[in-house]
Amino acid sequence: MTPLAKLLEAALFAAARPISLEALAALDPEASPAAVSAAVDELREHYDVDGHGVELVEQGGGWQILTRAEFAEAIERAQVAVRPQKLSAAALETLAIVAYRQPIGRAEIEEIRGVAVGSVLKSLHERGLIDIVGRSEGIGRPLLYGTTPQFLEQFALRHLEELPRADELAIALRGAGNATVVPE
Amino acid sequence: MIAPNFRTAEAAGPSFVVELSQFTGPLDLLLSLIRDEQVDIYDIPIARIAEQFLARIGSLGLDEAADYLEMAARLLRIKAQMLLPRADGEEAWEDPRAELVRRLLEYQQMREVVDLLERRGEERRHQFARRFVPVSVDITPINAPLALSLGDLLGAVDRVLRTSKEPTLHEVIPRALDVAGAMTSIRSVIAMRRHCRWSDLIAADAEPWQILSVLLALLEMAKLGELHIAQHQPFATVEIRRDAVSEAA
Repeated sequence: MTPLAKLLEAALFAAARPISLEALAALDPEASPAAVSAAVDELREHYDVDGHGVELVEQGGGWQILTRAEFAEAIERAQVAVRPQKLSAAALETLAIVAYRQPIGRAEIEEIRGVAVGSVLKSLHERGLIDIVGRSEGIGRPLLYGTTPQFLEQFALRHLEELPRADELAIALRGAGNATVVPE
Repeated sequence: MIAPNFRTAEAAGPSFVVELSQFTGPLDLLLSLIRDEQVDIYDIPIARIAEQFLARIGSLGLDEAADYLEMAARLLRIKAQMLLPRADGEEAWEDPRAELVRRLLEYQQMREVVDLLERRGEERRHQFARRFVPVSVDITPINAPLALSLGDLLGAVDRVLRTSKEPTLHEVIPRALDVAGAMTSIRSVIAMRRHCRWSDLIAADAEPWQILSVLLALLEMAKLGELHIAQHQPFATVEIRRDAVSEAA
């Protein structure tokens, strides 16, 4: 491995969080962006080709070293590490709405879901998946919520744009709706 | 007529089981009914669906949850509106189901995203990131920010001062700055010379209040457009120049 690839490996190991290319470039002021990007590729290939227990993954706005999926069960069984708890269906619904409509207030989420979401918002906030991003201009200046980098990381998303666009979803929906037409 | 299976409060089991039920809300239940009945979402047979909705919330013990009751009431209202006679060929007739359809579609769209998030999240749960372990969270951190009110702080200062036998007290004399006076003297200097330096404006034995007065006067005059202040590099002498425009005027 080149010295730059080794430096990146050390930094990614130390950080434990996704690190953006720009942040990686700051490690060596003399390295060009192209060289940093090449070094990331080199490190990723090194993990893939030489057969390592970890891999380099792009998600949450940067690069992160993760264990390979095949070892998850053994790791968990031995209680070496704990997986994050699965989110409830109600929490996922709320999260999906926040991801698409952010910044969004509680009342709008409740309008879409048809149920009260106060406690769900609280628990999503405690898990660091959403954050308060501002206040609306409306009556009572309600809090507005948005997703966090932690959200991208936990759902293996590189960035928010990786979610399908709303109009793409709508088309899929029409198709499904027509398929179930039954004459009265 | 619909005869919903309303249970009395005494007969009811757990009063609030919404979160534990298989449905995340009234829209979820409604969508599931529409799927089970295989009806077109754009042409919902509202009477049938309303009846089934009431039956289901009764059997699931959800008939006390306000969100479900609100939806039940909405369905019955739409059903009543559908029964109203309408003139043949009436163009302006608005389908009373339109708003419900819009909400259902919006909700179903969101459910697609939920499926995607569930899939991605489940894949991601099979991979571990290295955990950054904070240095022991059990002990009380020493360098945590102090939680103090102003009263606490003043009280503490008072206690410290009392331990010293003879506190040294300074008498602070308020001294008014003379900005107007400084402006007059600067004007007379730059009237004679097109430009001068900061050091020219301050006497060698100037007191802090005089220096401050000159500084504020310079800033005020620069704001008024009477002069320009320039410093060509950090820590260089500040040059003061009469403003060409005000001169022309």
